[in-house]
Amino acid sequence: MLSLESITKTTQDWLLAKFSPQIALTIECVIVILLAITLFAVLGLVLVLLERKVAARIQIRLGPNRVGPGGIFQTAADTLKLIMKEGLTPDTADKFLFNLAPFVVMMVAMLLLAPIAFAKNFQIWDINIGVLYISSISSLSVIGILMAGWASNNKYSLLGAMRSGAQIVSYELSAGFAVLTIVVLTGSLQISEIVASQENGWWLFKGHIPVVIAFVLYIIAVTAETNRAPFDLAEAESELTAGFHTEYSGMKFALFFLAEYINIFIVCTIGATLFLGGWMPLHIGHWEGFNHIMDFIPSSVWFMGKTFFLIFLIMWFRWTFPRLRVDQLLNLEWKYLLPISLFNLLLVTVIAIMGWHF
Amino acid sequence: MFLKDYISDVYNGVTSLLKGMRKTGYYFTHSKEIITEQYPDNRATLKLADRFKGEVVMPHDEQNEHTCTGCTACELACPNGTIKIITKFEMTPEGKKKKAIDSFIYRLEMCTLCNLCVAACPSDAIKMAPNFEHSVFDRSKLTKILNKPGSKIKEGVE
Repeated sequence: MLSLESITKTTQDWLLAKFSPQIALTIECVIVILLAITLFAVLGLVLVLLERKVAARIQIRLGPNRVGPGGIFQTAADTLKLIMKEGLTPDTADKFLFNLAPFVVMMVAMLLLAPIAFAKNFQIWDINIGVLYISSISSLSVIGILMAGWASNNKYSLLGAMRSGAQIVSYELSAGFAVLTIVVLTGSLQISEIVASQENGWWLFKGHIPVVIAFVLYIIAVTAETNRAPFDLAEAESELTAGFHTEYSGMKFALFFLAEYINIFIVCTIGATLFLGGWMPLHIGHWEGFNHIMDFIPSSVWFMGKTFFLIFLIMWFRWTFPRLRVDQLLNLEWKYLLPISLFNLLLVTVIAIMGWHF
Repeated sequence: MFLKDYISDVYNGVTSLLKGMRKTGYYFTHSKEIITEQYPDNRATLKLADRFKGEVVMPHDEQNEHTCTGCTACELACPNGTIKIITKFEMTPEGKKKKAIDSFIYRLEMCTLCNLCVAACPSDAIKMAPNFEHSVFDRSKLTKILNKPGSKIKEGVE
């Protein structure tokens, strides 16, 4: 059967047969880099179009429908326009940091791709501290945003960047606690083991109400971490024009825009891996027949389906809820999400120790 | 009591958010709710809102009669001098002189579509029409005479 696993295996066997192990590894690295860049480009196009279509439907509009059938080439045309525009650097900006910031943001998004299991045995780097790696790298993205805001030499940018700093530092906590609940239940930080532990059912169903609460907390926290509405204070068009990327234009702006969507994709893949079983098909306990039927759907389809479901959920939030004020944002985190997630983690620990989960 | 308030806060917050999501979810799944008009394509079947204000018109019935008495209430109500009414005197069959309009001049290029003239009219002689394709090559074409040639006031309207 043709699967991503067999393709990678055949490629590796062929490379090892033709070249020495070092050269084979180098070629594999190059292939992985090319695939990652292709994935980013495709995701950028698809997610922006999806967002515009979802927004249109929610606001009882039609959305882009002129370029190509149903407007499917709209984002490609927009990208072409952005490539041709001038990448302006303000005269009084810190030129080095200003030009570096978009690449820092993109690099963080790329690093996050490494430990994600896209399908059965299809993973770039199955590191044994996968979840820790993800939570530590994802907090780096604030550096790129602060860098952009500071180097722009613009009040709006600086305010946006500062808000973003306060926001990401706060919401890292509850996202971390939500991730920890699954780590407590699984007893491992490795992505492949977390997925394997959900073979007889996803944690969302196996872990009773505490895991459902953790899932909700995770979704709220990552929405804030990716600077998406209702937590888009760092951009806040009506107050700060565009926040930290006010001064960016052309392809440098496009990189920020792309990084936002890549970050959404990545947090949704992590959410899908932790709570919805990653590439694992829907298995229910000992229903052998049912589980066997579910196995016929390829694991990559399961993974992408779950990820896009979560992405849709986050888009749904964006087009439903109004933006919070800064004080409301911090109140929500420190007075509500953090105490709830601490208490929730305690409950999950009790469940894990007593073995009450399925 | 603090804990009770706290929990009810969380409960109320979550339920109100879910209520909003239910509404937008309904719109997302029901494409018949879409209100976008694809204007140049559906020009023939275009549906505009009832309250859409495009220009002032004076309705005439089949006998070419309108209900404008020439009281100039609309002219006085207009904030920017869009309307100019020229009156004349007509002889009634009884031999009395009666005031009537000679021409109701309406300058669309000066009109802000504020609806004050329609609100001021005591005999509902003018109303707002949903026409919006007003572009012309000559500005003088925007000065319109609203009463049709040969029209007269309806019987019984004072």
